[in-house]
Amino acid sequence: MRIVIPLAITFVAGMIMVLNFFVPHEPFKLLGDNLQEWYMIVASAAIFLGAMNLLHVHFRKIRLKLKNWKYSPVTIIGFLMMLVTGIIYGVVEGMPFDYLFQSAVVPMGATMFSLLAFFVASAAFRAFRASNWRATLLLTSAFIVMLGQVPIGAMIWDKIPLAKVWLMSVPNTAGQRAVMIGAAMGVVATSLRMIFGIERSYLGGTD
Amino acid sequence: MNWEILGIWIGALLSLSLYSFLYRDNPFYKFAEHLFVGMSAGYWVIYTIENVLKPNWWQRMFPAEGGFQIVWVIPGIFAFFMLARIVPKIAGLSRLALGMIVGAGAGLGMVSVFQTNALAQVEGSIISISAGSAFEMFSSLVLVVGVVSGLVYFFFSKEHTGIIGGTANLGITILMVAFGASFGYTIMARLSLLIGQSQFLMFEWLPTIPRILGIGGGA
Repeated sequence: MRIVIPLAITFVAGMIMVLNFFVPHEPFKLLGDNLQEWYMIVASAAIFLGAMNLLHVHFRKIRLKLKNWKYSPVTIIGFLMMLVTGIIYGVVEGMPFDYLFQSAVVPMGATMFSLLAFFVASAAFRAFRASNWRATLLLTSAFIVMLGQVPIGAMIWDKIPLAKVWLMSVPNTAGQRAVMIGAAMGVVATSLRMIFGIERSYLGGTD
Repeated sequence: MNWEILGIWIGALLSLSLYSFLYRDNPFYKFAEHLFVGMSAGYWVIYTIENVLKPNWWQRMFPAEGGFQIVWVIPGIFAFFMLARIVPKIAGLSRLALGMIVGAGAGLGMVSVFQTNALAQVEGSIISISAGSAFEMFSSLVLVVGVVSGLVYFFFSKEHTGIIGGTANLGITILMVAFGASFGYTIMARLSLLIGQSQFLMFEWLPTIPRILGIGGGA
């Protein structure tokens, strides 16, 4: 029963959504529309689960004095600062929650992602070593796109931005489409396996 | 206290702490990294409450015109089941919530992903390869052949030999050009963030130093 009831819920929920798509009339429409909203609410509970887990992990690190435990209070205080200011003052512009978000979270997020520029560049250095003609093709394609994005590309040769646009809109679109179509087939197959209870690893274990 | 300048200093010092990782791992980086994780988690919890739970659940269960809509108790119970995972004795209840979101997600994803990522892409690839100028015809041909050969490359139910192997080879060539273009684009996006942060440090943070020290003629 531990597995059967969740599997039955998965089947019913999945079939309601599929039937709502193919038969958009009552009762499937009402059930499907409601389920879609319920799905959003229940899925949002996962963020609370994640937050509780984060706190649990860091309190445990402090309690057992694990490696780098001295930084765990920073995470906990950062979390509580946002939580408390958000609950007390709301998310209105100019309030403490918004101030902390704009002053700390936004610059740190931008810095974190901009740091990746250095690591992507180092990965590129290794990946772009033209070891065979296909790697050379990848190198050339990336180089043209990078040059086409900045003014110096047009200064070197005015056709480089046009070449970049062509690369992005033709071969890149073709490649991305092939990947997307292939991935969509995978999603359909995996979804069917889940709805019909063949794939049940998400329930934990294989029983 | 000037809150604007304080905000700029907080952002600048945290950014510099994170950039210090370029030299090596150090306590300043670790401090900023841990703070970022905690504050981001807090932000997303509040974001979820304000943008998902309040409008889609609470305000529907208790509408502004008064009354109580009992039907909205059901997703609340399932959400509670999801949180039951943290209490070992009742952790099994979370399977019910997981069953619901996996089922609804699979049903929703199956039809929507198939429609947007498969059917719409196939439809977009069914184009005339004999219309327009010679260059447009060439581009259309590359697009159509690229999609088909790329799909053949991902088709593993038949051995990649003979005509299938040749087409798959063409497919991987197109994919390499596509990945190269995407890679170049990603690098430039990251660089643009780096430029943005450098501009923030140079043009917003640095000018505040003379103001704080009371030197220079700035207001």
